[in-house]
Amino acid sequence: MAGASSWSFDERDFQRIDRLLQGFLYDSGARCTLLIDRTGQLVTTAGEKPEFDSVAFASLAAADFSANDQLAAMIGETEFSSLFHQGERESMYLADVARRVILVVLFDNRTTLGMIRIKVKGVVRELSEHFSEMFSRTASAPAARVEAGFVDEAEDEIDRLFGDL
Amino acid sequence: MSMINYASREINCKIVYYGPGLCGKTTNLEYVYEKVAPNTRGKLISLATETERTLFFDFLPVDLGAIRGFKTRFHLYTVPGQVYYNASRKLILKGVDGVVFVGDSQVERLDANIESMHNLYENLSEYGLDLREIPFVIQYNKRDLPNISSLDELQRELNPNGVPHFEAVATRGIGVFDTLKAVSKLVIKSLS
Repeated sequence: MAGASSWSFDERDFQRIDRLLQGFLYDSGARCTLLIDRTGQLVTTAGEKPEFDSVAFASLAAADFSANDQLAAMIGETEFSSLFHQGERESMYLADVARRVILVVLFDNRTTLGMIRIKVKGVVRELSEHFSEMFSRTASAPAARVEAGFVDEAEDEIDRLFGDL
Repeated sequence: MSMINYASREINCKIVYYGPGLCGKTTNLEYVYEKVAPNTRGKLISLATETERTLFFDFLPVDLGAIRGFKTRFHLYTVPGQVYYNASRKLILKGVDGVVFVGDSQVERLDANIESMHNLYENLSEYGLDLREIPFVIQYNKRDLPNISSLDELQRELNPNGVPHFEAVATRGIGVFDTLKAVSKLVIKSLS
């Protein structure tokens, strides 16, 4: 059965992306960043470990970004490439990366919105290059597949977890 | 679009519950939330109106645990069923790996089921997806109510391709896990 197209993310991708995010955190003074794919899945985080439920956070942030994309289209814009939500102590800045991923930056009053905005521009450019390269590599390679035996084990686990409920 | 993250050794799959307004999509997720072991599920997030109608989506992550070293997780979503929320419905389908169509068995909801099924086909086609090619199951809900269509009629109207189907009474949990088991196994198979 043909599923929807998948993409995969390996150790080298992780190291390169993590280096970019660590550099951004150092330069901008932000607390933490999360990379979330547009379908609501968390790709990675850098900086202070989030104390909240990052899986739920990722699904909400992706929905927020997608809803705003539609709003942009309605007023004749192709997209809002970034969003800013201001809180009393904590704020967040969301930026598009290569139309497939969202960079979420959490920051407090140890830095400023202006600084975040300037530094996000640079890191988004570098991340976009890397992700575009990653996506074109995935598109030209055979789809990532799980190893033999995975399906049988997963099916057993599904039966065990959902079996007698 | 399942994402295989080799760096953190995680596989996440997205399953969407679709169907007309008040057919029981949220009830399915609430039952799953209530019954699975608390350490295998995350928080149930509901973006709903004050009258508890789904406004944007409900979201529930369920962990299958580590399979061959990969932490495997299903992200269960519902869509808002009401006709006028189509823009939101379309957004939730982005990157879907498997679909559950929850049909309302009541005779007077047959047209609403058919309309919602057409809408599902249309919305998926905008992402270049064809329901006949992705993991898909149908649940006929509310089988305990008095004024319901026969299973044959529902099958004829909603399931011409003969995908797996389940009768359910989601408020009592009947058929909820049979449905989830079937769609999650199809999704897992599609990864191989």
